[in-house]
Amino acid sequence: MTRPLPAAAGTHVPVLTLDDVLLVTVQRNLDDRAAEWLRQDIARAVTESTATGVVIDVSGVEVVDSFLGRVLADIAPTVKLLAAQTVLAGIRPAVAVTLVELGLTLPGLRTALHIEQALRLVREPCGAHDDTNPRQGGV
Amino acid sequence: MHVPSTVAARLPIASDMDLTWIRQYVRQVTAELGFGLVQQTKLVTAASELARNALVHGGGGEMEVTQVARGRVRGLRLVFSDSGPGIADTELALSDGYTSGGGLGLGLGGARRLVHEFTLDSRPGQGTTVTITAWASEPPAPRKAV
Ligand SMILES: Nc1ncnc2c1ncn2[C@@H]1O[C@H](COP(=O)(O)OP(=O)(O)OP(=O)(O)O)[C@@H](O)[C@H]1O
Ligand SMILES: [Mg+2]
Repeated sequence: MTRPLPAAAGTHVPVLTLDDVLLVTVQRNLDDRAAEWLRQDIARAVTESTATGVVIDVSGVEVVDSFLGRVLADIAPTVKLLAAQTVLAGIRPAVAVTLVELGLTLPGLRTALHIEQALRLVREPCGAHDDTNPRQGGV
Repeated sequence: MHVPSTVAARLPIASDMDLTWIRQYVRQVTAELGFGLVQQTKLVTAASELARNALVHGGGGEMEVTQVARGRVRGLRLVFSDSGPGIADTELALSDGYTSGGGLGLGLGGARRLVHEFTLDSRPGQGTTVTITAWASEPPAPRKAV
C-alpha cells in the first residue's frame, strides 16, 4: 500500500507511507534551510502516523557537507525518541568517500545500499544486528 | 548555465542561496575540467564548508575562481575571503572537533583533507582568506581530429 501523506502545511519533503514505514526522499540540491526542515518534517510525519520505521532515501543527494551531515546524524536519535527506527538508504559512493575524509562517519546511523534493503532492515527489531551487521554504525 | 572554458569569476557569499549556487557552480566547472566524480564531490564539499565559514563566522564574503594548469593537468583554484573577525589560533581552528559555535568543528580540517593544496591566512581583525587548489587526477583525454 502506497499513499502520499496529505500535504500538511509546513511540510517540505515528500513523505510516502509504506504500511508501517515512512519513506522520505531527500531532494538533490538541498539548501541549508530545507535541510533544517528535514528533521522537523520527519519528526512530525512520525508522530502523525503509526509508522515504526523511517527510511531516508539519499540516492539523489550529490553533496553532503558537515551541515547536512549533522542534520542527517540528528534525525535517527530524534526518530528513536518517537519510538521508531531510521535507516539511511543509497548514499552515493563519491559521497561516502568524501564523508569519511571530512571526518563525518555518521556513527549510530543505520545505512543500506538501496531502499529494498533499507525496508528489510528498518522492520527488524531494534538492535537485532548491533554487533554483526557491517552496515550498522555509519558509512 | 553557461560557464566559459577559462574560468575567472567572483561569486558572492551572502546567503544560504549563495552556498547552493556555489556548490552547483563548482560541480559544473570541475565536471567541465575533467575531474572524476569523487574529485568533483570532494571539491564541491570543501567549497561548501569554506563558503559557509565565510558566511557564518566571517559575516559574508566572496569566492574567487581561477582555472589553473600544471602541464596538461588542469585544476581549479578557489579563494574564499571575508573581512570578518579573523582567527586568532589557526592551528586550533584547523583541529577536528574545535568549534567556537554549535558546529561539529569539521569544516576547516575536513576541507584541508579534501583538496590538494590548502592555505589559511587569517589574523584577528584582518579577516580570513582560505585558498584551495584541486587537480583533475588525470589530464582530460585529447580530442581526436575529425
Ligand atoms: N572565515 C572565518 N572567520 C572567522 N572564524 C572562522 C572562519 N572559519 C573558521 N573559523 C573559526 O574556526 C572554527 C572551526 O571552523 P570549522 O569550519 O572547522 O568548524 P565550525 O564551522 O565551527 O563547524 P562545522 O563543522 O559545522 O564546519 C570555527 O568555529 C570558527 O571559530
Ligand atoms: Mg565550518
